[in-house]
Amino acid sequence: MTAAGGKGNLLRLSAIEALGLIGRQELTASALTGAYLAQINQHDNDVSAYLRLTATEAQLEAAAFEAAAGEGAPPLAGLPTAIKDVLVTEGVITTCASRMLENYNPIYTATSVLKLRQAGIVMLGKTNMDEFAMGSSTENSAFGPTRNPWDLGRVPGGSSGGSAAAVAAGEAIWALGSDTGGSIRQPAALCGVVGLKPTYGSVSRYGLVAFASSFDQVGPITKTVRDAALMLKYLVGKDANDSTSVEHPDEIALPEDRDLAGVRIGIVRELVGKGIDAEVMSVFNQAIKKMEAAGALVSEAGLPHVEYALPAYYILAPAEASANLARFDGVRYGLRAGGAHADVTEMYEETRSQGFGDEVKRRIMLGTYALSSGYYEAYYGQAQKVRTLVVQDFAAAFADADLLVLPTAPTTAFKLGEKTGDPLTMYKSDICTIPVNLAGLPAISIPAGLAGGLPVGLQLIGPAFSENLLLQAAHSAESVIGFDKVSPLVKQAD
Amino acid sequence: MEFEPVIGLEIHVELSTESKMFCGCRAEFGGEPNTRCCPVCMAHPGALPVANKKAIEYLARISLALNCNIPGRSIFHRKNYFYPDLPKGYQISQYDQPFAVNGQLGIIFDDEHISVGIERVHMEEDTAKNIHAGKSGRIAGALYSLIDFNRSGTPLVEIVTRPEIHSPQAARIFLNKLKNLLKYLDVSDCNMEEGSLRCDANVSVRPAGSGTLGVKTELKNMNSFKHLEKGLAKEIERQVAVLEFGGQVVQQTVHFDFASGEVTPMRSKEFAHDYRYFPEPDLVPLAASSSFVQKITADMPELPDERAKRYMADFNLPAYNAEVLTSSRELSDYFEATLAYFNDSRIVSNWLMGELLGYLNASGTELAGCLVTPAGLGGLLKMISSGEVSNAVGKEIFMEMCKTGGAAENIVAARGLTQISDAAELAAIAERVIAANPAQAEQFRAGKDKVLGFFVGQIMKETGGRANPQVTSRVLRDKLAG
Amino acid sequence: MLISHDEVRYVAKLARLKLESGELDRYAGQLSGIINHINKISELELKHVELTSHVIELANVFREDQARQSVSRELALANGPEVEAGAFRVPQILEAEEQ
Repeated sequence: MTAAGGKGNLLRLSAIEALGLIGRQELTASALTGAYLAQINQHDNDVSAYLRLTATEAQLEAAAFEAAAGEGAPPLAGLPTAIKDVLVTEGVITTCASRMLENYNPIYTATSVLKLRQAGIVMLGKTNMDEFAMGSSTENSAFGPTRNPWDLGRVPGGSSGGSAAAVAAGEAIWALGSDTGGSIRQPAALCGVVGLKPTYGSVSRYGLVAFASSFDQVGPITKTVRDAALMLKYLVGKDANDSTSVEHPDEIALPEDRDLAGVRIGIVRELVGKGIDAEVMSVFNQAIKKMEAAGALVSEAGLPHVEYALPAYYILAPAEASANLARFDGVRYGLRAGGAHADVTEMYEETRSQGFGDEVKRRIMLGTYALSSGYYEAYYGQAQKVRTLVVQDFAAAFADADLLVLPTAPTTAFKLGEKTGDPLTMYKSDICTIPVNLAGLPAISIPAGLAGGLPVGLQLIGPAFSENLLLQAAHSAESVIGFDKVSPLVKQAD
Repeated sequence: MEFEPVIGLEIHVELSTESKMFCGCRAEFGGEPNTRCCPVCMAHPGALPVANKKAIEYLARISLALNCNIPGRSIFHRKNYFYPDLPKGYQISQYDQPFAVNGQLGIIFDDEHISVGIERVHMEEDTAKNIHAGKSGRIAGALYSLIDFNRSGTPLVEIVTRPEIHSPQAARIFLNKLKNLLKYLDVSDCNMEEGSLRCDANVSVRPAGSGTLGVKTELKNMNSFKHLEKGLAKEIERQVAVLEFGGQVVQQTVHFDFASGEVTPMRSKEFAHDYRYFPEPDLVPLAASSSFVQKITADMPELPDERAKRYMADFNLPAYNAEVLTSSRELSDYFEATLAYFNDSRIVSNWLMGELLGYLNASGTELAGCLVTPAGLGGLLKMISSGEVSNAVGKEIFMEMCKTGGAAENIVAARGLTQISDAAELAAIAERVIAANPAQAEQFRAGKDKVLGFFVGQIMKETGGRANPQVTSRVLRDKLAG
Repeated sequence: MLISHDEVRYVAKLARLKLESGELDRYAGQLSGIINHINKISELELKHVELTSHVIELANVFREDQARQSVSRELALANGPEVEAGAFRVPQILEAEEQ
């Protein structure tokens, strides 16, 4: 993955490499953006990573950076970026991949997007996702699924499948995603790229269309760990518009080249083996061996209540979602079902039935059920207590390990349509990622290798606000694992 | 059978903060529709609430003034229901961990001191406004509605009393006392017509002396003190009639129609409320530390009871006067403002309680709408005390000021009402009057001192009441003796 | 079935979702499968365990009471499906005011 001796395939450049070339005036922002737009032109009909392109604006912005290159240029100037369509962008239609918001033109911009734009990124467009971020395959998009750049017959994972596929297909140098139960990490794993879910509260949620407010976090999907660190550096910070955001205690540092000597890594025993494909385990175990060889102190760790994490999540997240999605009522914006309505209740019911897809309706009903009179204590109350146990489990595990490690997803990318018939099977795609969201911890997925020609992700989990430690270890692991494959779509451009 | 009404009140108070509860839009009444809103109060996707600090301080002020206990931690909940004026599909409110609990507010009713328990005080946000288009402007019969989000998200404090009020009159007195207290706290306009103070009531009746509660109804839409009292009386009457005819009161909402003065039970909903309360994940807990409570206590404005005590101590006013003067914040402020122009608290107090309140009662005017300012009244009192006008003429001038809003000096000048204190001028009149009434003059000289009053009256008649009474007496004595 | 048709109907009504009769069956089946899975948490005896609503320890996050510029009326109404006289128009409201 190097551009030494010339620019080579621009689509293989990491964001940091591209910034270096631009800084040395060996590459222009326009050329970089142009290369990504060309790749989109060529392949996005097949991949469908994007719901909407802002190509013209992107070219104009890149040209403006070029004119003002050199001293005083913003730190991320000219980096062609994909934005998940769950983040509102003023003046650029934001749909959350839902019919409900098909023509919604936001009147403000999400803080995370604003911060990256202020740092100089160029927005290429808005990426596909599972409707309102509910799903693990991007097949729940109202506008059709995204396909995995490694195998167009397979899903890219989800819900940030468009963002992960865009990065894997060379259709963006990096991307913004959001993660409620694994929505950054799982598609990153299935697409062979890096995905970081920051500690809850470290990145503003203002302008992130809420799925489950106490779980949602915005984060980077990138080609390398160092790129993830770079983007994170510009994402973190307390936002006056988000009461649950905090100032990150550390300045986010770019990881250095070093080994893993002395880093204590705990493999979560309850989650390896059972329910995880053998070929995924095999790639995972090889990666662990390499990390051990690089000095990591690997041991087993226990999260005794982790089997309750998935059921607790599927109470709490849909409950929050049922309220978060109540605002889509056809009054102030978004879809309103056509025709005359006998009264406002009928208008609500028709609008919401036409505007939401099946999975969204399912979760709204599930959440409504869990909160409804007579069930609250047994479901919502009990799940909040399970959440406490999961938090405590992690705290105990971190007494003996600096980081925990797991496969990111139990399988590699599955075939389109393979799991759409049974919601519960789909939910189990997130079995290794959901516990992290319950505890609000930072976690990163990095490529661990290929199984059957498809990427496998390795997930590292750290204590709250341990991003620097997590990123450093992930960068070291990335080096020793030495994953150097790119999707066939990027390879074609060599 | 004798029935005893049992009433609990639920009062909503819109706080007079500069901005809304969870966003920076200006919080004020009226305005062109949808001109004071933003992504947060219109619930655009991705928007998040951030609590207004001043609103929480006001909430604490109210809670302390109502003698509540403020637990160290309270949280916001989401109350879920669909309605066009509720943009998020839930209202941010408080549920099982309210900001303050267990308070009380005392009232005097039928010369008896009654303590009404306050169950809870909590913070929430107001809804938008539905404008019902159609014949009546009311919800029933409207063909469609228009929604204006200017009010959406205005800070709202809910105060819930225990069911410890036993008559419509007592309910009215309680609400009036609460309103007065809120005015002193400077936290709300408390304008019932504009909806910044709203009151619903839970009403039940039970056989007198019974210890158990009857089935209650929720009485809504009482937008004035008069309507509250009338609506409660009507609803109690209705419930008693139902029970006397062997029927049963049904738990339901009852609407008071102030146009007809009737109460109508609302069509019971086919669908019971199921608000699915759960903790609001977008907001963090409120932790009222003891230092926070101390600070609010220290910054607390002077409350009516304290003010009354101060009037008794500093101005030497009788308890009754002090209580009347502090019975409303406006009157009390008016009193103190007048003292700045005329520094005799006894005289000012007597004028306010006699002339001013008398005029307001007789004319049905609110103090806020009274044309006489504290400066105007002070000016008048100065003229009386300096002898420029007599006390009697002063009262006439005051009535004129109430009607026209003119200044005392101008009225005196225009009507020539200046008091005659010039002894020479009065002596000339006295001579005329004595000459015209020789018999009475004889009587006086014979020792009948009372006759002096007759002569004073005659002189007053001649001068249109402008003669200075003291000078007149002196001059008369001189002349009669002579 | 862990959730009856009546319960699905009730929940859909609360959530303002209109279900066709065929959908009722399908959702009842799918939701029952999920409920069967989530019922697992009832195995745990958690009487003395604290509730977690927030994973970060924060309290008293406020903004100062300062009015900010609101959005223009034009922008406020820009996405409105039906706008009249500067306001959002909705069909008649039959159910009484909730609050």
